[in-house]
Amino acid sequence: MDAANYLYLSALLFTIGAVGVVVRRNAIVVFMCVELMLNAANLAFVTFSRINGDLNGQVVAFFTMVVAACEVVVGLAIIVTIYRSRRSASVDDASLLKR
Amino acid sequence: MTTSNSLVYLIALPLLGATILLLAGRRADKWGHILGTLMSASAFGVGLYQLSQMLSRTNQDRPVTQKLFDWISVGSFKVDAGLMLDQLSICFVLLITGVGTLIHIYSISYMSHDHDRRRFFAYLNLFIAAMLLLVLGNSYLNLYVGWEGVGLASYLLIGFWNQKPAYATASKKAFVMNRVGDMGLSFAIMIAFATMGTVSFDGIKSAVGHTSTAGLTAMGIMLLVAATGKSAQFPLQAWLGDAMAGPTPVSALIHAATMVTAGVYLITRSNFIFDAAPTAQLLVVIVGAITLLFGALIGTAKDDIKKALAASTMSQIGYMILGAGLGPVGYAFAIMHLLTHGFFKAGMFLGAGSVMHGMNDEVNMRKYGALRKFMPITFATFGLGYLAILGVPPFAGFYSKDKIIEVAFNSAGNKGIILGAVTLLGAGITAFYMTRVMILTFTGKSRWDDEAHPHESPLLMWLPMAVLAIGSVSSGFLLSRGNALVNWLAPLFVQHGELTERLKPTVVSALALIMVAIGVAIAFIKYSRQEVAAVAPEDVSVFTKIARQDLMQDSFNEAVFMRPGQALTATLVKTDEAVIDGAVRGVARMALGSGSLLRGLQNGFVRSYAALILIGAALLIAAIWMVVQ
Repeated sequence: MDAANYLYLSALLFTIGAVGVVVRRNAIVVFMCVELMLNAANLAFVTFSRINGDLNGQVVAFFTMVVAACEVVVGLAIIVTIYRSRRSASVDDASLLKR
Repeated sequence: MTTSNSLVYLIALPLLGATILLLAGRRADKWGHILGTLMSASAFGVGLYQLSQMLSRTNQDRPVTQKLFDWISVGSFKVDAGLMLDQLSICFVLLITGVGTLIHIYSISYMSHDHDRRRFFAYLNLFIAAMLLLVLGNSYLNLYVGWEGVGLASYLLIGFWNQKPAYATASKKAFVMNRVGDMGLSFAIMIAFATMGTVSFDGIKSAVGHTSTAGLTAMGIMLLVAATGKSAQFPLQAWLGDAMAGPTPVSALIHAATMVTAGVYLITRSNFIFDAAPTAQLLVVIVGAITLLFGALIGTAKDDIKKALAASTMSQIGYMILGAGLGPVGYAFAIMHLLTHGFFKAGMFLGAGSVMHGMNDEVNMRKYGALRKFMPITFATFGLGYLAILGVPPFAGFYSKDKIIEVAFNSAGNKGIILGAVTLLGAGITAFYMTRVMILTFTGKSRWDDEAHPHESPLLMWLPMAVLAIGSVSSGFLLSRGNALVNWLAPLFVQHGELTERLKPTVVSALALIMVAIGVAIAFIKYSRQEVAAVAPEDVSVFTKIARQDLMQDSFNEAVFMRPGQALTATLVKTDEAVIDGAVRGVARMALGSGSLLRGLQNGFVRSYAALILIGAALLIAAIWMVVQ
């Protein structure tokens, strides 16, 4: 199978993720969309690794996973805290920096 | 030149007195006046000691110097803080400390009801110290320090009762007008440094020979500006009348006997410059001639006894300046008139203070009258001063003023006739207004307010008046006996050749006496034969009105200097606001505007930030892609 197809899939996933981040209000959904974008990138890295025949891309993919894991920990904690104090997980409600 | 270590005590003693009195504060209230008087008296003692030392030497060896410390030492330019006492300075030293001590004694009683008497004595001592520094400095720079010091003391003392806004304004006016003159002195010092490279009297005296006339003339004119400011001469004369706001002893000491004569000292001290700069010298004469008439005319219209005496002071200093402007023939007579004037005018001011003391501080002469019976000693001392200023022989003014008139007549060409006529006319007007003061105050019917209870002043007040009255009677005769003062001062000035004698001294004296008699007669007819109105009449000629307004001096200054000055500052303020502040505010407004534009982007919505990042990234990639292509 042509390796380019994986790249197309990666671009599609990334776009879905990006659109989700921009249009959805629920913080959990936005968060999942961010994860989707990260994984789209991972897919692209792995694909390039396959095309080039070396392991660099796969190593980067592991790094990304580690970073994503950390991010999930911190991000979910923030979301939960916001939800506790504001009884809402909408990202538009928490627009307090303006004032 | 002889050196001496005791000159500095002349200045240090009164300065110490001022320091103690100012620092000790209320603690010194009980004994402050005694300390102040003692300090002044001991300075007088040092002065007498110096005089006795001087007399024991030959005329050429008499000047004494004392170097205090290196003041400025920059490359080849050196100024020492040094003192010099010569035949001219000693006259001033004795006048300042002698009359000063008498006025200290007088003030003990005069100011006894004032709860701030200690501060008054502190300022008086400060004045004595500054004035002594002025006459003892051996360079223009040292003189300048004293010059500013007396200006400060004058300001503090005119505004001594500064709880009254008018008095505070008067002191500010005196200070500001003096500053205009002081500027002239600082320019003169700069010119001296630029053209001759030195500021000491000795250095300049020897450098005059190889200096351009233009430089000397410029310096002379600047010195004249300085003298007009300090000595209340035309055109900087307007402050003296208002300076009478100060306590009367201040008017007697500072604004009659000593500080206002500093201009005469400056010109006499700078004789080597004026002798080499005829244009500047001519200007000195013109200033003196204008002022002597100017002051005399103001004196005729004043009802305030102190202001009448102040106008008279202005006029008499006009005589001195005129005498000093006539060159080597006139210097000694200018100084002689200065000394005799110091006696009789200080005496008359103290007399005026004594009258005010007995009349509830009333100064309006129209509310006096018939005080002769109630204040016999004041009347006698004031009367002797009056005879002295009129120039009646053998009183002091006869020897000094008539000499100036004589020298004025004898100067060359038309100048002599004009100056002679002006000085004679001045003598006549002087006789008129002084007779008017005498008649309004001491004779006629009483026109007092109901609560006035005139009485003779206590001993501490009339004693100084009596001593000054003795001076008014005898000083002229003593100073001119065998040309004593002229010979004493002779080594300081270049010798003049034979004089062209237009009129004999006896003729001049006769003319002057005739003028005086006319003045006295007019005053008698106007004020003694007729009833004096208790309120100044309003239906008077336009000339009287102008004279009451001090010959429009304030209106003139207001129209010519104050209003344009205010317009200039207003313009500058507007320019500052429009251009300078405008630029600053413009920058601020630009930052503010661009900020509020960009603020729209920071709306607080996470999703719009995300969208912006996305768009940015897309644009970046597009740009890179286009570059790669």
